[in-house]
Amino acid sequence: MSDLLTLSMILFTIGAVGVLVRRNALIVFMCVELMLNATNLAFVAFAREHGNLDGQLAAFLVMVVAAAEVVVGLAIIIAIHRSRGSVSVDEVRQVRG
Amino acid sequence: MMIWLLVAFPALGAALLLTSGRRSDRHGHLVATAASAASFVWGLVLFFRLLARDSGDRTVTESLFTWISTGQGPGSFHVEMSLVFDPLAALFVLLITGVGTLIHVYSIGYMEHDERRRRFFAFLNLFIAAMLVLVLAGDYLVLFLGWEGVGLASYLLIGFWQHKPSAAAAAKKAFVVNRVGDIGMALAIMLMFKEFGTTEIAAVGDSVAGTAASTITVLGLLLLLGACGKSAQVPLQGWLLDAMEGPTPVSALIHAATMVTAGVYLIVRSNAIFDASETARTAVVVVGLVTLIAGAIIGCAKDDIKKALAGSTMSQIGYMMLAAGLGPAGYAFAIFHLVTHGFFKANMFLGAGSVMHAMDDDVNMRHYGALRTALPVTFATFGLGYLAIIGFPGFSGFFSKDKIIEAALAHNVWVGLAAVAGAGITAFYMTRLVTMTFAGQKRWREEVHPHESPRVMTVPLIVLAAASVLGGLLVLSDWITDWLEPVVGHTEHHHVEILGAEWPPIAVSVLVTAVVAAGVALGWFTYGRKPIASETPERVSVLTRAARADLYGDTINEWVAVRPTVTLARGVAWFDQFGLHRAVTGFVTLIGDGAAAMRTWQNGFVRSYALGVFVGALVLTLGLLAVIWR
Amino acid sequence: MITLLALVPIVGALLVTLLPRASRGQQLLARHVALGASGVALVVALVIAARFDAGEGGYQMVQEHAWIEPLGATYSVGLNGIGLALVLLTVILTPVVLLAAYRDELPGYRSANSYVAWMLVLEGLAILVFTATDAFLFYVAFEATLVPIYFLIGSYGGEGRQKAATTFLLYNLLGGLLMLAAIVGLYVVSSDAGEASYRLADLANLPFAEDTERLLFLGFMAAFAVKAPLWPFHTWLPEAAASATPATSVLMVSVIDKVGTFGMIRWGLELFPGAADWASPTIMALAVVSIVYGALAAIGSTDIRRLVAYTSVSHFGFIILGIFAFTQTSTSGSVLYMFNHGLSTAALFLVTGIMISRRGSAEISAFGGVQKIAPVMAGVLLIAGLSSLSLPGLAPFVSEFLVLAGTFTVNVPLAVIATLGIVLAAVYVLVLYQRTMTGPLVEQSRVVTELTTREVVVLAPLVVIIIGLGLFPQPMLDLVNPAVAVVLGGLP
Repeated sequence: MSDLLTLSMILFTIGAVGVLVRRNALIVFMCVELMLNATNLAFVAFAREHGNLDGQLAAFLVMVVAAAEVVVGLAIIIAIHRSRGSVSVDEVRQVRG
Repeated sequence: MMIWLLVAFPALGAALLLTSGRRSDRHGHLVATAASAASFVWGLVLFFRLLARDSGDRTVTESLFTWISTGQGPGSFHVEMSLVFDPLAALFVLLITGVGTLIHVYSIGYMEHDERRRRFFAFLNLFIAAMLVLVLAGDYLVLFLGWEGVGLASYLLIGFWQHKPSAAAAAKKAFVVNRVGDIGMALAIMLMFKEFGTTEIAAVGDSVAGTAASTITVLGLLLLLGACGKSAQVPLQGWLLDAMEGPTPVSALIHAATMVTAGVYLIVRSNAIFDASETARTAVVVVGLVTLIAGAIIGCAKDDIKKALAGSTMSQIGYMMLAAGLGPAGYAFAIFHLVTHGFFKANMFLGAGSVMHAMDDDVNMRHYGALRTALPVTFATFGLGYLAIIGFPGFSGFFSKDKIIEAALAHNVWVGLAAVAGAGITAFYMTRLVTMTFAGQKRWREEVHPHESPRVMTVPLIVLAAASVLGGLLVLSDWITDWLEPVVGHTEHHHVEILGAEWPPIAVSVLVTAVVAAGVALGWFTYGRKPIASETPERVSVLTRAARADLYGDTINEWVAVRPTVTLARGVAWFDQFGLHRAVTGFVTLIGDGAAAMRTWQNGFVRSYALGVFVGALVLTLGLLAVIWR
Repeated sequence: MITLLALVPIVGALLVTLLPRASRGQQLLARHVALGASGVALVVALVIAARFDAGEGGYQMVQEHAWIEPLGATYSVGLNGIGLALVLLTVILTPVVLLAAYRDELPGYRSANSYVAWMLVLEGLAILVFTATDAFLFYVAFEATLVPIYFLIGSYGGEGRQKAATTFLLYNLLGGLLMLAAIVGLYVVSSDAGEASYRLADLANLPFAEDTERLLFLGFMAAFAVKAPLWPFHTWLPEAAASATPATSVLMVSVIDKVGTFGMIRWGLELFPGAADWASPTIMALAVVSIVYGALAAIGSTDIRRLVAYTSVSHFGFIILGIFAFTQTSTSGSVLYMFNHGLSTAALFLVTGIMISRRGSAEISAFGGVQKIAPVMAGVLLIAGLSSLSLPGLAPFVSEFLVLAGTFTVNVPLAVIATLGIVLAAVYVLVLYQRTMTGPLVEQSRVVTELTTREVVVLAPLVVIIIGLGLFPQPMLDLVNPAVAVVLGGLP
């Protein structure tokens, strides 16, 4: 149990650090996926520990949402790549205040 | 009786001259003089009509229209524009229009070369009209209308030579100091409205009987404050000496004969109030006495002929105040002295104007000397005025001042003796003035050629000199006290008792005359027998120095009233613009600045937003854990 | 009839905006048309005044139409003596101001058409404010007056005009916002009591809980205290007056600011008598502070326009003091004061405006000895100044004395302090006159030439009315007294 949670925590941390330090949008995107899956792992681990299906359910929900998000996110990244020839997140700051 | 016609002539004259512009420059002075003369003639007509009536029936009231009314019910404010012509008002009307007309005539010559002569006469007419409203008013608020009207005319005429900063400053000072007195006047009228529900003079007099003594005392003191402002009595005396910046006819008419005596008129007119309050009467006596002495001391030290006369005016009004403060014993004598003083002081001021005219507008008496030969008519008329003011037996001032001193001695020996001493000082400074001007060696510069004034100026002098001599006739067989009896009540014959022995009136007269003779002698030996320096000596006694500085009245005003007010005003103006306003707008700026600071967080870097999210999540998580573990 | 009166200037304004504005000559035509429209309004108002029954204290010539029924708002206008006095002030001053502004130098390439059109709009709205007998209509017109003034200051004023206009707008909007809350509150109370209505007659009969009444009263008072202006909500006024043209200042201070004191009577005293009674000691104290503070600030001012603005703060103190003393004498005096102050301040703003525009500076120290070359101007300044210091014989004296005498009967200490104001008034007026007009002629003041005929025509009616009403104030008092009696009759 605690091994699984430790693994989940390590994966989450890797994802979080990746989001913060990497500039490439694709990598950032992968890192976000990594964080999502880390939580999924935690959910499943809890479900097994408690012996009910609540955690499984949440994991499925996350997967569905992540799939939808991948579709939209990748589409945006491709659109940005087309318009500016780069996928660096630091160059996209038109929305600053 | 058409009393309003008295006011209408000069009022119309003023309006006509002020609105018609340059067209009336050529004959404006004649119109104004005619208006004043018409008023005098009508005043005479009314006077004789009054004389023909029974003494109990000598009050004529005319209501012209409702001036101010806020309704009919109780508690509403109602003022009729009413005029009252009674023995007291009649005397004043004749004094104002009579002396006024003479001064109009005199001014035709005096102001001949002034390009703004028409306006000068318009203001003189305005003054006559306002002064007549003051003395004819049947309601305190109408009286206040005239009261402020003469203040305005005085302001305009003191500052008539506006290009002189000193004249403009003196005019402003006179108005503002008078306004301080007006506070008393205004509050007194408000108090009457509150207590009696009316401000009509007769009705107020009738209501006094049933009112608390403290209220009446307050009322009397408030009226006294107003009177002090207008009559230049201590502590509001400071403006009168500066007011000499105005043209000399103005000093004669307004600041000697008529307007400055309005305070005395007010107290005599309000006799019902002062009769009912011992404290208020005492206050009047004290004010009168202090001013009497202070004015006389100032008069002794001034080298400026007009200022010396102004000090004398203060002092003489002090006598009137003193008399008025004695109650029924003195009212009639206050008015008697007021009338005779109106004659001889106007005479002397006009004489001083004639001297200045001859000396190229030099007012310093140290530059005069030996003018008796150059200005014979002026010298003769001035001399008669001089004899009148010092109280030379037989002259008008002798009778009027004697009566006051007699009444004062009967009231209180010390008050009386102070008044006697005042008569001695008066004799001293008037002798000083006359000898410095007319006697001794000539001290004028070579280029000055003194010459007698034209006929238009000397005739009024002669008329006024005659009046100064003969004014004493008014008291013959107690005419003036009988005449005024319907207004001020019966004047008791008083008995002077000193050291347990009763003094006959003749003894008082002898005493006063002896003191006066001593004053004259002192003056003559100090100034008549010795050569006079043509520069003001620097090394003088403390008293002289104080008197030259108007007994430090201005210095006190400066430090007690003017500077604190100005400092406070500047502070308030600064505070309002940069303090209070900034405080309000500062709040707005604060919001704006806060918004600007927060805007920098929106820098557009996705990763810094993400960091924000993580930090926020972390804080939230830690917070939750903290709550759970506790 | 009243609607017609309000519409005349508005239609005139529309007409003026439609006129061509390319050349100076065409703009002059626009000014003529505007003057004509205000003249027509004056005539209509005089007809109304002639038909008005002065002995009657209630509302006359009432017109009502359904307006926004779900809200209970009606278009309802009517006149009582108080309203008529202020309507007369508005229609007298507007043509005077339009004529005075004939030669105003406008900044940039702004045309005179919109300048005069805004003034006419302001006149129409002011008439609506003074005649509205429906709280909602009043609120709408009250807030609408901000728009013309905002543009008159912000577009046509002098240096610092935009900042002043924004300050003006913010202050007044904030006050207006609190009043809006009170208006909503009125709706709640009136719909709870039955059918929602904003008509004055219906509202006056509403049963208020004590706390509600006080809160609603304070909401209204907030707007009026800013507008009037009552210390310490006055600081927008000197800023606005220092940046606006003289014509705008006159309309703003003489007419629109009167909405504040007028509102205190109609929407404060008539609607919330209990709360007004509760608040009166505080408000009277603030009013006395206004009197002394305004006068002191005027003495300390070095800028002529700020000085005049501060004198108004002081005078508004007198007006408010009289209203909240709740005596027939003082409140009648206050209403008369509103009228008189409008005239005397108009004269003061206009004549100093002429001086300032000739000299190109508003500093008192920039002038000196002007009397020598412009005696008539000096005379008008003196008369305007003397009326400002309430010299007996001039109109403001009557009203000021009524206020003081009435206040004295209910609160002696406050009346005594307020009376000190008359000395301070003498100081600020005479110092202004002395520094600018007397003394030797300063070389730079040589440009301040004598009044032209047009300027004399502008100022003469004001001077004549000021003197006339000083000696014969009774016609105005007869107009005002019954209405004031009715208002005061509703107080506890």
